[in-house]
Amino acid sequence: MTGPILATEFTPWASGLGGMMIGAAGALLLAFNGRIAGISGIMGGLLGGAPAGDRRWRLAFVAGLLLGGLFLGLVLPTAFETDPPLSWPALVVGGLIVGFGTRLGSGCTSGHGVCGLSRFSGRSLAATATFMVTGFITVYVVRHLAG
Amino acid sequence: MTRVIALLSGMIFAIGLGVAGMTQPSKVIGFLDLFGQWDPSLAFVMAGAIAIYMPVVRMVKERGRAVLTPHLQIPARQAIDRRLLTGAALFGVGWGLSGFCPGPAIVSLTTLAKPALVFGAAMLIGMGLHTLYQRTVAPR
Repeated sequence: MTGPILATEFTPWASGLGGMMIGAAGALLLAFNGRIAGISGIMGGLLGGAPAGDRRWRLAFVAGLLLGGLFLGLVLPTAFETDPPLSWPALVVGGLIVGFGTRLGSGCTSGHGVCGLSRFSGRSLAATATFMVTGFITVYVVRHLAG
Repeated sequence: MTRVIALLSGMIFAIGLGVAGMTQPSKVIGFLDLFGQWDPSLAFVMAGAIAIYMPVVRMVKERGRAVLTPHLQIPARQAIDRRLLTGAALFGVGWGLSGFCPGPAIVSLTTLAKPALVFGAAMLIGMGLHTLYQRTVAPR
């Protein structure tokens, strides 16, 4: 990480509302399609050679994510931080292990953290606790020990 | 029809991530910075999402089918194994380094900002490497 360490503003209302939208999106996919809205799982199916009949809904979901992103860019451009204080190595190494790790661990913040915890999955609870703890430790090391 | 639902779900998901602050790496890192200037906002994201999702998952499971299909594809595995924990641990390290998790990373690609493109490309390569790993080194 490079650049100054800035405190971010506490936004319980916006974050709670955004969370409810995420929950509603997942609920929609489950109630109608019988599928779990786990982003790494949906992406992994596309990259891991899911059968043709299983690819279309995944592509449609990813297209929806991108359309939603374009919509945000127009209506709520402050949702994006275009110049985050991140070094290139942090982005490259971070991206590689987020990609590999979420597939190895069968899920990320959405699949384990929201969908899994909501159905009281022991696996998801273990995974969520693990990635939270290693996330805390990583930020502590990068910001307070190395920085 | 399942494609229309998936498209809609993806859109609402993306807008929710943006409103919640998940598409700002600094905010995510602020949430993970327990021993610094901790910003607890993202705990509210998880609470809000679970508050809506939990009753629905319960209803759908009781009903035993989805509206458009009789098959519910809910993970059945129970084992808390090394693969799960190693994967989650790696993910947490990458999340802490970059402030991006997979959903916000995909959504942020639309800004065409360099950090988002670099992270997104690396993440897709990482996922592809896992596919390769699974096929060659450690088939399930």
